[in-house]
Amino acid sequence: MTPVVSFTGFLVAFAWLSLSNALYFHIGETEKKCFIEEIPDETMVIGKYKTQLWDKQTASFLPSTPGLGMHVEIKDPDTKIILSRQYGSEGRFTFTSHTPGEHQICLHSNSTKMALFAGGKLRVHLDIQVGEHTNNYPEIAAKDKLTELQLRVRQLLDQVEQIQKEQNYQRYREERFRMTSESTNQRVLWWSIAQTLILMVTGIWQMRHLKSFFEAKKLVGYMRGERTTTTTFLVIFPPPELLSELPLMETRLLSKLPLMETRLASI
Amino acid sequence: MTDSRRVGMWVQVLLAQLLCGWVLASELTFELPDNAKQCFYEDIIIGTKCTLEFQVVTGGHYDVDCRLEDPDGTVLYKEMKKQYDSFTFTAAKNGTYKFCFSNEFSTFTHKTVYFDFQVGDDPPLFPNENRVSALTQMESACVSIHEALKSVIDYQTHLRLREAQGRSRAEDLNTRVAFWSIGEAIILLVVSISQVVLLRSFFSDRKTTTTRVGS
Repeated sequence: MTPVVSFTGFLVAFAWLSLSNALYFHIGETEKKCFIEEIPDETMVIGKYKTQLWDKQTASFLPSTPGLGMHVEIKDPDTKIILSRQYGSEGRFTFTSHTPGEHQICLHSNSTKMALFAGGKLRVHLDIQVGEHTNNYPEIAAKDKLTELQLRVRQLLDQVEQIQKEQNYQRYREERFRMTSESTNQRVLWWSIAQTLILMVTGIWQMRHLKSFFEAKKLVGYMRGERTTTTTFLVIFPPPELLSELPLMETRLLSKLPLMETRLASI
Repeated sequence: MTDSRRVGMWVQVLLAQLLCGWVLASELTFELPDNAKQCFYEDIIIGTKCTLEFQVVTGGHYDVDCRLEDPDGTVLYKEMKKQYDSFTFTAAKNGTYKFCFSNEFSTFTHKTVYFDFQVGDDPPLFPNENRVSALTQMESACVSIHEALKSVIDYQTHLRLREAQGRSRAEDLNTRVAFWSIGEAIILLVVSISQVVLLRSFFSDRKTTTTRVGS
């Protein structure tokens, strides 16, 4: 039994060692980094990470820092948190999606320093495997005692299952897309009808309102068949110097005008 | 199964884990804020064939700057404002390769970028598989089906990304149309009422002076 246990221990150790060759990136000490995984439902996702802290004295990244932890938060497409846990500087998280869609995997360190004072850098090694890639085939072969051919066929079956799930998810997404387009189409149609109606109604209202307003102010002659006295006169009075230049008849007419005008003003 | 056979089985699993460390396929989708640059690093052994593929999923004109450098800083690949590209290279040096995505040219659009960085070939299914003996017909058929299915999965991923792009545009359009129609209705009503009110205000002060003009 002991050799098995010791080998299991080595196995685990080497599993972490393998992560040292994974992709890595740098983040600030208090920075939060999120990754998006758009996956169909019932898909397993395994994430492995390793964090190293920058040491100013040696100007390099420390191989391991005890006490440094990473908080992992995973949100499902409905922005509901499905996993929110703190792990050590090296960790492994697993989740299985129950709704298809965009899942968000966020990582941030458990540093309690303020954002302004924390100038430290963190190196994060990350490896996220989705769906069929999460299967560990040598382990499955050992567990189920499969021959080589059986194992290959098993791998093909898993791949095909993943393709099938993805296609199903594609159908669901396409339906959503179509509904959005149909809704836009409907909205544009109703909006154009409504806009035309609003324009006509406001135009008619404006005309009617202004007409009744001007009629009330006695500025516009309007009703047919009714004699009006509210006609507008434009009377020009020539200056007295010019009066002598006009013919006599005009002078007489002009002299009568003031009288007419006062009569009109009194109406 | 006897103890020794079990131990042997675990040794195989252990070796498999070791080998897993030397091949890598990472595909990640992350959000790149405006005026930001995000770099990823990878330690690669000389002679490994690597492929970097990226696609912009959402945001602005769906373009991003990408740059790939080898351990000495020599730029192996540099493209500005690219929507989608694939670059294959063989590592000529041992060391840390770096690739960066930059959204520094954009002032206010966030971009979602997907990338797939493949280093080396896939790990063999059986670590103790001796490649000296030829594969049987069944096995080689399985291998070719596996390769074909891998490319199917790859195409599916690209289709999913394109569809996500189209869908986000359609949803944007939908919300814009909704806001625009409500906004324009309000503007129309406000403008027409204010026109009438303004006209009324012009005429209500000068009702006695417009009947004549004297000089």
